[in-house]
Amino acid sequence: MLEAENLHKRFAGFVAVDDLSLVLRQGESHAVIGPNGAGKTTLFNLISGHLKPDGGRVLFEGHSITGRPPHRIARLGLARSFQHINIFPRLSLRANVQVALIARNGQHFDLLRHGDRLHRQPAEEVLDQVGLAAVAGEPAGTLAYGQQKQLELAIVLATGPRLLLLDEPTAGMAPAETSAAIRLISRLKEEHRLTLLFTEHDMQMVFDLAERISVLHQGRLIASGSPEEIRRDEQVRRIYLGKGD
Amino acid sequence: MSRRQRGLGLVLALVALLCLPLWGSRYLLDLSTEVAIFALFALSLNLLVGYAGDVSFGHAAYFAIGAYANAILLTSYEWPLALSLPAAVLLSATAALFIGYFCVRLSAIYFAMLTLAFAMLVWSIAFKWRGLTGGDDGFIGVRLPAFLEHRTAFFYFTLAVVLVSAVLLRRICRSAFGHTLLALRENRLRAEFVGIDSRRVRLLAFVVAGGFAGVAGGLFALYNRGVFVESAFWTESARVLIMVLLGGMYSFFGPALGAAVLYVLEALINQYTEYWPAVLGLILLGILLFLPEGLVSLGRRWRTPGDD
Repeated sequence: MLEAENLHKRFAGFVAVDDLSLVLRQGESHAVIGPNGAGKTTLFNLISGHLKPDGGRVLFEGHSITGRPPHRIARLGLARSFQHINIFPRLSLRANVQVALIARNGQHFDLLRHGDRLHRQPAEEVLDQVGLAAVAGEPAGTLAYGQQKQLELAIVLATGPRLLLLDEPTAGMAPAETSAAIRLISRLKEEHRLTLLFTEHDMQMVFDLAERISVLHQGRLIASGSPEEIRRDEQVRRIYLGKGD
Repeated sequence: MSRRQRGLGLVLALVALLCLPLWGSRYLLDLSTEVAIFALFALSLNLLVGYAGDVSFGHAAYFAIGAYANAILLTSYEWPLALSLPAAVLLSATAALFIGYFCVRLSAIYFAMLTLAFAMLVWSIAFKWRGLTGGDDGFIGVRLPAFLEHRTAFFYFTLAVVLVSAVLLRRICRSAFGHTLLALRENRLRAEFVGIDSRRVRLLAFVVAGGFAGVAGGLFALYNRGVFVESAFWTESARVLIMVLLGGMYSFFGPALGAAVLYVLEALINQYTEYWPAVLGLILLGILLFLPEGLVSLGRRWRTPGDD
């Protein structure tokens, strides 16, 4: 599904991602963990086209997407969410999702068709899947924090992805919200047959959701395997889990 | 205000405008013609400012190109108006395509400064190319088609062109493309990551806005029977931006209201004091501090354009 080969990224002398290789199998749920500054977000940015790698390449479904602009990568079926909330705050929830559907159908240069009337029904269906159909007409910026995260999921889903990159999907959520979010994500993953790559600080979530875990430390991959293998890995215990994050 | 009330208001305003030549003075008729032209100019700028979230500080360039092109084609080349005006619009849009190609690579203040730089370039070309534009003497004596000689006829002609343009522009603002522009204004990063090529979409907005500014410019050349190089100067770009802010950039018709209010205030205040710029400064200050969404937010609750 996705192969990252020998990725390198430097920022002004600081090596953020160092010779990193990662393989994602179709349909798996894969967590990337590591302490702050380990390179998790940089890795996501390299895969999704937000940053260009200094070395190495990224293959998505067998085709190289290395250094392609984000909008191209998104149209191929690789979507991402961000650590910080990223929605269209002054548009209604429905309009937020419609934007993604317009883009997915390549209609963003369409000067004639009425934007508000396009994909209304599908937009509401996607909102329904994340439990926000009741507030479809409200401005997105007025939602509570957790709901804004759900809305971003809806936007991302509406692009019709096969691979989903979620950067800390439960960051800043209360414990109750977190478990609801985990249930939502695993349900969506099943319903849409998604492959999932996510980062997370909450170890409970990582072990609940991930089928495989990769551990980053100082930009390098130090371990990759099933949750059981990661739990037992000496090096991981020493530098990461043992600290009781 | 409900949709119905707004519709009624528009119809009443239109009827009042159509009846204007019956009871209005010549002065009022000329003022209204000029307001209509600048209302269109402001509406075109708002496609960039209010919809795409790109603050252009050089919009006068496209107005001036439309004005010069229409004047020169009509007069020097003796084209009929039915050809010269569309050609002028095409030229404005083409200039916007060329200039916009570079500008949309930048954002925010850098975008604004580059639009300003290109507009100054256009101004200096108009200033220096005396053989074509008349330089600082202006291009005077525009040949007007006979049917537009009378000021009432000219008023109706302007009104018709402006209305058709405004209807088209509104349609564009509410299209899938317009919807996409709002998304870019709200959150360009998120929009790119759902698959929108932001540069190209912004470039198309730049071209459309430039084209409609060209319509306004073309009309202004006829109205004035001439074109002056000041039309391309940066103060004109600032003035149309003030109209947009005054009326309200988050509403489609706000900028047109801004144009009307600016002209009426200018006419009124000039009767009492020569310090119009100072008064304008104070008005602007008040708007920015207390009515950041412009005069339209007085009349109704704030809402996002195209989102109902």
